[in-house]
Amino acid sequence: MKINRRSFLATGLAAAAGAVAGPAQGRAAEGSSSASSVAVVLATLLDLSKCIGCGACVEACREANAHRYPEPVKPFPKMYPSRVKAADWSDKRDVNDRLTPYNWLYIQTASGEYNGRTFELNIPRRCLHCQNPPCANLCPWGAASKDGRGIVAINDEICLGGSKCKDVCPWHIPERQTGVGLYLKLAPSFAGNGVMYKCDRCQDRVAAGGTPACIEVCPEGVQTIGPRDKILAQARKLAEETGGFLYGDTENGGTNTFYVSPVPFDVVNQAIDKGPGRPHLASVGNPFTTEDTLARAVYAAPLAGLVAGALHLIRGAASEDDHE
Amino acid sequence: MNKRGLNLIFRLTVFALLFTGFAQMPIFARYYLADVPGFAWTADYYLNHILHYGLAAVLLVFLGWRLPLAMKRRWTSGGLLLTLSWAGVVATGLVRVMKNQPDVFFSPNLVMAVDWAHLGFVMLLGAVSLGHALAARTKADAAQ
Repeated sequence: MKINRRSFLATGLAAAAGAVAGPAQGRAAEGSSSASSVAVVLATLLDLSKCIGCGACVEACREANAHRYPEPVKPFPKMYPSRVKAADWSDKRDVNDRLTPYNWLYIQTASGEYNGRTFELNIPRRCLHCQNPPCANLCPWGAASKDGRGIVAINDEICLGGSKCKDVCPWHIPERQTGVGLYLKLAPSFAGNGVMYKCDRCQDRVAAGGTPACIEVCPEGVQTIGPRDKILAQARKLAEETGGFLYGDTENGGTNTFYVSPVPFDVVNQAIDKGPGRPHLASVGNPFTTEDTLARAVYAAPLAGLVAGALHLIRGAASEDDHE
Repeated sequence: MNKRGLNLIFRLTVFALLFTGFAQMPIFARYYLADVPGFAWTADYYLNHILHYGLAAVLLVFLGWRLPLAMKRRWTSGGLLLTLSWAGVVATGLVRVMKNQPDVFFSPNLVMAVDWAHLGFVMLLGAVSLGHALAARTKADAAQ
């Protein structure tokens, strides 16, 4: 769907009407056959001891998603204030040693020493598809969302490229390309700055019953995909059997990507290059603990107010009766 | 607390909700507000999110409390529009809170619809409230 200024306004009005009519709600079922479930939450397990760093997954990701890569319009609009800088990767599409708008998966290498033995690990890095994704929860525009399969995706048709998703992501995964997207049709100099891109775990292929390209092509079978509860059990078992370590089960409140490594992740994290486009592997707590607690207060508040208001009215009526 | 004090708290809550709501957009850092000494927090998305939730709870207590009183009043078309605007803001806000629960998901289209509708209802509420205030002032001037 292409969006211009007119269809944007029409969609906004339709959205308002739809929301008033009553939102539907689905509950993601992890392998359950609940009638309300729309899909089974899928997770992936990456056995890092198997990855040889051949890059086949990176190439497959590029081929599978090339038709969705941004084709920016140049020159870019002049931005106000001037502190807002363009992010342009369109002339650096071949960069494959970090995440970019044209490279949604890359291989990170960690080498060092652990327990008196040297190690070298290759780590395919991409979006981890959080269970409670900050990018989707905090996107003010509805461009980022989580679907019933546990896939977190950014809608490139409506994303304005404000980069908030990247700021709130504990791993700063999404990457921006300027000169493309809806902002060009709204207020190109004053709002937005392009579109954010990241792995959506080949959402279209998965929806059609297929497998993400990176998993399908891997010659070593590094990745396994399946229902989250089964994959998590498999990841725990693998870690236990090999004396390995698990990453992703609790990080950021739980993700749908599990890494199992023979080396502790704090050691791995020390050994990898980190920085823009190169995410860390440090421990990450749940950033939404307070919000989730406050959510209960938000649900209870109208009822509490209603009861107080009704009591106030009844007391007022009783007081009037007493005066009569 | 007297009625005047409650009204003041209500207005401050609404203003703070508007502020923390707009802080959900990446604009305060872009447009220098976060550079002003003492205002760096305006660009802290997580903090503003928590504040927005807390303030929403306070607002909902107020609105719930006022609902039985409002039901007793005679409805004018302006009052009805104002109530519908509030209802829209509240309904879409509650859906957004639900959406953010870890074990709940909505379709991407619904997420977009609710987000845009929330913003739309806030703008509608602002316009209707302004119209209400102007009408009240005109009426007061005419009465003098």
